[in-house]
Amino acid sequence: MNAILQTRDLWKAFGGLIVTKNVNLSLAPGARHALIGPNGAGKTTLINQLTGVLHPSSGSVWLDGEDITRIPSNERVRRGLSRTFQINTLFPQLTPLEAVTNAICVRERSRLNILKRRFFRVSRCSAVIDEAYDLLEQLNLANDCLVETHTLAYGKQRLLEMALALAAKPKVLLLDEPAAGVPEGESDELFEVLNNLPKDISILLIEHDMNLVFNFADRITVLVNGEELVTGTPTEIAEDPRVREVYLGKGH
Amino acid sequence: MSDNLAKASRHLSFLKARERWKPAEMAFWLLLIGVYFVFPSSLVFASQILITGLFALSLDMILGYAGIVTLGHAAFFGIGAYTAGLMAANGLHDPFLGLLGAGIAAGIAGYFCSFLLSRGGDLTRLMITLGIGLLLYEIANSATKYTGGVDGLQGVEIGKLFGLFSFDLYGKTAYIYVLCIAFLLFLFTRSMMHSPYGLALRSIRENQTRALAIGIPISACLTNIYTIAAVMAGIAGALLTQTTQFVGIDVLSFQRSADLLIILIIGGTATMYGGFIGAAVFMLVQDRLSNLNPQYWQFFLGILLIVMTLYLRSGILGGFSRLAHAIGNRRNKEQP
Repeated sequence: MNAILQTRDLWKAFGGLIVTKNVNLSLAPGARHALIGPNGAGKTTLINQLTGVLHPSSGSVWLDGEDITRIPSNERVRRGLSRTFQINTLFPQLTPLEAVTNAICVRERSRLNILKRRFFRVSRCSAVIDEAYDLLEQLNLANDCLVETHTLAYGKQRLLEMALALAAKPKVLLLDEPAAGVPEGESDELFEVLNNLPKDISILLIEHDMNLVFNFADRITVLVNGEELVTGTPTEIAEDPRVREVYLGKGH
Repeated sequence: MSDNLAKASRHLSFLKARERWKPAEMAFWLLLIGVYFVFPSSLVFASQILITGLFALSLDMILGYAGIVTLGHAAFFGIGAYTAGLMAANGLHDPFLGLLGAGIAAGIAGYFCSFLLSRGGDLTRLMITLGIGLLLYEIANSATKYTGGVDGLQGVEIGKLFGLFSFDLYGKTAYIYVLCIAFLLFLFTRSMMHSPYGLALRSIRENQTRALAIGIPISACLTNIYTIAAVMAGIAGALLTQTTQFVGIDVLSFQRSADLLIILIIGGTATMYGGFIGAAVFMLVQDRLSNLNPQYWQFFLGILLIVMTLYLRSGILGGFSRLAHAIGNRRNKEQP
């Protein structure tokens, strides 16, 4: 089976501190793969190596059969790997429509000629704006897309996180705790959006909310101290004594 | 379905309305034409305001839109000024050729400097740009053979515009010339800032991490805009040389960089007009106050700066737009 996203013997150390230890992760096309583990297990560090924000000390990252270990972040996005952030990382003074339009323009960069890209008004790219609007509508953001992002409710900002990642038309989507901080009442909207994501996008989900993980994922990897403890189906993970030990402590 | 389409096109028209030329913008440029007829005796001063405004516009591109702070932008202004001066003093008298040369020289310098700025935070950038500015100042200061040092570059002779209009003593030709160049460069900047590229720049200013995560090649973008801003600063410098037929070493001074920052902040950043408005206010206030009290005018400038930063955070233009907003809101309330 060809993995769409793969790490091979990934190893990352900050001085003496080893944060990623020989991780061999493999994401099947269309997978709903969750990465869980206690705080400090190295989940976000792993994501940062996948996206190119951090460089691994050794080992490699493969996207769709190509070695992308040495490729800069923005090029990885172009090749179909995009992400959301655990803490809202948005453009506070742009409207959601502008932000998503921006992301689509960046994606379509090579197809727009230099005049259109550089000197013609954004509104002349009406196809791009329509696409941005459609995407925002899918994520229940259509009514909020003309106000500045910083005025949006927190839950809406979480959805915009997702919209910006989806605007890149990714093959692989990395979701870093999409439900983090979302109040109980607003989380249903988010779960619904997650469940409706196109099936051809492969997703790697980091999440603390076990409810969400076990409902959403078809495969789960447990990471402990930078090391892969076990990978399996949700049922296998739920029944694994080692996982219980990690989460509940010894003696349970 | 048609309802959806109507909604989508409403959003398109919202964006279009933002990009369209507003009456206030047209009035601004018409006013500048009006200055030529209403204040014929102050055209030399008016040209200098315009040149400073253009210089501030070049800073607005990198500071207001791309979020790069700098304390050494005079470096490119000075390179442009000296290039145009040296060309004119050495037999190349055509003004347009001078602008071209100045733009190219400043652009090359800007391109190489940008690599020092692509990494690091605000503080690093402030120090590096400050360093570059000081470095160039001392080079110009010691290369007296070419620059005239502190005495300035003499013998700058500018030819006729299109071989027809000579630069007169009252600055009539100079004002029209500067106004035309400033307007052309403004058009260039305006269309760029409203393009997808301008949107990408703003997004870099708003959040670098996210800009990178949606695939924007940040370093390349910043190198690019920094080079363009340097070209424009260089052209502004060349305009000063050509209209005054002299280059003083103060074109490279730290004071000029610092004043420029003050001007842009007084006027309002990321507005494109803030630089021009700020330049007019700053230079008029400077002129009036130094007439009143030549020694201590900076005292009042200090007060102005403190008051502005505390109470008018987004500059004069930001203040205006807030005022207009407040009036609009009140009207809406009165007519429910």
